[in-house]
Amino acid sequence: MYREDSNRYKAFSRRALVLGGGQVALLGLLVGRMYQLQVLESSRYRMLADENRINMRLLPPPRGRILDRFGRLLASNRENFRAVIIAEQTSDVERTLDMLARLIPVTDHDRRRILRDIKRHRSFIPVTVRENLDWKDVSRIEVNAPDLPGVVIDVGQSREYPMGADGAHLLGYVAAVSEKELSGDDPLLELPGFRTGKSGIERAYETRLRGKAGNSQLEVNALGRVIRELSRQEGQPGDDLMLTIDLGIQNAATEQLRDKLSAAAVVIDVRTGGVLALASVPGYDPNAFNVGLSAAEWRTITRDPYAPLANKAISGMYAPGSTFKMMVALAALENKAMAADQRVFCRGVVQLGNARFHCWKRQGHGWLDMHGALMQSCDVFFYEAAKRVGIDRIAEMANRFGLGRTTGIDIPGERSGLMPTSRWKRKVTGVSWQKGETLVAGIGQGFVLTTPLQLAIMAARIATGRAVKPRLVYASGANGDMRPAAVGEFPALRISPESLQVVRDGMNAVTNVQGGTAFRARITEKGWHMAGKTGTSQVRRISKHERETRVLKNEERPWKERDHALFVAFAPVDDPRYACAVVVEHGGGGSAVAAPIARDILRETLRRDPPDRDDDSIAAGAAQGRPA
Amino acid sequence: MMRLDIAADRTPRSIGQKLWHVSWSLVLLLLVIAAVGFAMLYSAAGGKPDPWTSRQMIRFGIGIVLLFGIAVTDPRIWMRYAYVLYFLVLALLAGVEIMGEIGMGAQRWISLGFIQLQPSEVMKITLVLALARYFHGATLDEIGRPTFLIVPLLLVAAPVVLVMRQPDLGTAVMLLLIAGTIFFLAGVRAWKFGIVIGCGLGALPLAWSMMRDYQKRRVLTFLDPESDPLGAGYHILQSKIALGSGGIFGKGFLHGTQSHLNFLPEKQTDFIFTMLAEELGMAGGLVLLGLYALVLVIGFAVALRVRNQFGRLVALGITAMFFFYVFINIAMVMGLVPVVGVPLPLISYGGTAMLSVMIGFGFVMSAHVHRDLRIGRHGIPESD
Repeated sequence: MYREDSNRYKAFSRRALVLGGGQVALLGLLVGRMYQLQVLESSRYRMLADENRINMRLLPPPRGRILDRFGRLLASNRENFRAVIIAEQTSDVERTLDMLARLIPVTDHDRRRILRDIKRHRSFIPVTVRENLDWKDVSRIEVNAPDLPGVVIDVGQSREYPMGADGAHLLGYVAAVSEKELSGDDPLLELPGFRTGKSGIERAYETRLRGKAGNSQLEVNALGRVIRELSRQEGQPGDDLMLTIDLGIQNAATEQLRDKLSAAAVVIDVRTGGVLALASVPGYDPNAFNVGLSAAEWRTITRDPYAPLANKAISGMYAPGSTFKMMVALAALENKAMAADQRVFCRGVVQLGNARFHCWKRQGHGWLDMHGALMQSCDVFFYEAAKRVGIDRIAEMANRFGLGRTTGIDIPGERSGLMPTSRWKRKVTGVSWQKGETLVAGIGQGFVLTTPLQLAIMAARIATGRAVKPRLVYASGANGDMRPAAVGEFPALRISPESLQVVRDGMNAVTNVQGGTAFRARITEKGWHMAGKTGTSQVRRISKHERETRVLKNEERPWKERDHALFVAFAPVDDPRYACAVVVEHGGGGSAVAAPIARDILRETLRRDPPDRDDDSIAAGAAQGRPA
Repeated sequence: MMRLDIAADRTPRSIGQKLWHVSWSLVLLLLVIAAVGFAMLYSAAGGKPDPWTSRQMIRFGIGIVLLFGIAVTDPRIWMRYAYVLYFLVLALLAGVEIMGEIGMGAQRWISLGFIQLQPSEVMKITLVLALARYFHGATLDEIGRPTFLIVPLLLVAAPVVLVMRQPDLGTAVMLLLIAGTIFFLAGVRAWKFGIVIGCGLGALPLAWSMMRDYQKRRVLTFLDPESDPLGAGYHILQSKIALGSGGIFGKGFLHGTQSHLNFLPEKQTDFIFTMLAEELGMAGGLVLLGLYALVLVIGFAVALRVRNQFGRLVALGITAMFFFYVFINIAMVMGLVPVVGVPLPLISYGGTAMLSVMIGFGFVMSAHVHRDLRIGRHGIPESD
């Protein structure tokens, strides 16, 4: 037995040695692996660990506000109170919702969405119950907080436009970031719920209004719950923009247009080019765009025949009609095609080849010089003037006054209109320019197209003789530190003062001399007298038959076939300060429809006379500061 | 090998005398390792004794009592009841399996009130006892006969099949490794192992087809953990990140980011070594490995000094079991072997594992205390 056991012991101890050796080798393997992971590859794993636990969160900066020249709010950020529910903080979500439904409306649809979202997300993620709560709702919820476990009031920011539809075209609106914008390198754009400017000022000054994102380094656990903030870097709030717009004038202009189906008006300061009002009706509610439109709402807006989305002040193109006659007059005078005292006999119609060209006054004006022709807007006189000077020199003159090209106003969507030349026509249509077309262009019809803003700029240039350019931003800066935008003197147009004076006198006579086409729409207050020019542009051919019987009145035609009513003006006559253009689409006659509107707008402008308060306004805007 | 204190074996010793012979260095070592475990559980709970540390301490206390109880018991008694215990535990194992089958819930444990006993865990020890008993009386000639190995192979196969059905891959592998070690120490020829391993490799495709989907996934993710970092490979990847980011000296006790921010799964049980290595670094990991190595050294020393084959096989069988626990767990969390549910002995939170390790060392201690006892073929002491 001993012998056997000693044999077995020998075998056992030999094998124990083998086993021990094996174990030492395997332990060595573990040590080697530890060395590999914890020494050789440690830095890589440390980085991965930090990536695991550190989450960067962007802090969106407050969007810059948009103010009028006196610091009144045109676009601001409203605190958007929303009630959110955090599932893990309540034992019974349904019961909490029942309680909440007694305080604020919670529809069945809301309830289904909330329960679905709660199921979909981790239990500590807040789910929105209702947005845009008013103070009464908020306080009702806060007071009842003990009965509402898991319900929290959350504050976000949303854009608010106090003017609503009246400022929509000028200011534009903000909406969710589009796919196209995402290519930019600003990380803010990828933030869910972030909004960018889509049109108007909001779009043009998007980057300045947006500001720079701050960020916060958060430590999160494996479920994504935030444990603590490791560091925080505040962003840079967007610049506030103070516009040249005077809210009072903008409102007055909009008010004047309100009963029109489709119209636009522009008021500018002729010395600085500052746009005081830029109105276009109908409008749309930019606040609704912020929230998001339903497909049906969108369809209604885009199919509206009066095009509420279009900013007609800068993108509506209309034949200028008789408001174009100043250009023809200046072209004729400057090119010595006609002298100021040259007289032309109007018998109501002119024959050119086989075609007959009519004056708006069938029985004719008789003998007229340029002054009288402008005052009474005689078509025959300007057929003659245009024929003598030729289309290309008319176009050259019109270009100098800003027609046929964009004015460069700093909001997107401006269109250039059209100022035809003989070369243009040959290039586009392949047919050479016809003499008759020069005559038609001479009264602002045919190919000629202008925007209301261009007409206002034209009036301002006539008033000053300088190349006035429009601008919208008066001052800008963050945190109330407003810096005025640089203003230089506009270069002279190099038009002889005598020629300009002939035209100005003609325009003065239009409104201020008995027999002028807009005499009834004159401004009577002393020192505020306005000079203007009416325009009524046809949108259809008047047939021979109609002319021989009776031309249909505007009211008798369908809206789309009615004339456009136009009026351009500047005031005061002696020392021009403001220029104005009004276009009422298919509105009828310029003198009956557009002139009174322009008169009222200009009178309101003169009454307020904003530039006299320039010095105070910037300080006033700055002092108002940010909302409390 | 003749020693002067042989006389002690002839006259029965009192329990007090036996306690005097207990290897206090081993007890101290176990206590130190368990204390490391308490500290890590304290950290895992975010610096609180509850819920894990306090309960783990109670279990360790019970374990110590069991250890001493077994240590002072005559190994011949254990030898006599080795088969009985084996079949009892086998019956429990079958019992939980059947209960699971007939729809009372797929439990792997039986509630004993203070702990939930996992029969599969206890089976590791009873299998060691049963095999040691079987090989105790065998001569090398007998062991050389292939037919002689049929019975022990069946002893191994029965629990392995039951455990596989649960399915508990980790325990099955542990049982096979422990049994293999005892076969090896008993003197089974190496070429026979070769045949078995060869057959095993041949049966791999069959085993693969029998595996459940999640087991297959574990094996696949072990082979390439980064292929699916948020899915099945998550555990291994996060564990490696935790370990690696710990570096040489760690992030400090209670300051492991991976474990405290819950990126690390199962940090109080199977992945507790990862947490230790994250907080205490490679240095801490090496110290713990050193402590484990000392336990192994003592286990080997005990086994080599025991004068009966039963005690030798039990002592080294348990020591080997301990080693496999340590190796498989640590290799698993470092991505060296697939994720199988094997706890880190004395440290991972869990009642049965703690108790089975303490009971196991009770038998090691028993062999040590009765090292000079000679036991005949059938458990009768021989006269010299």
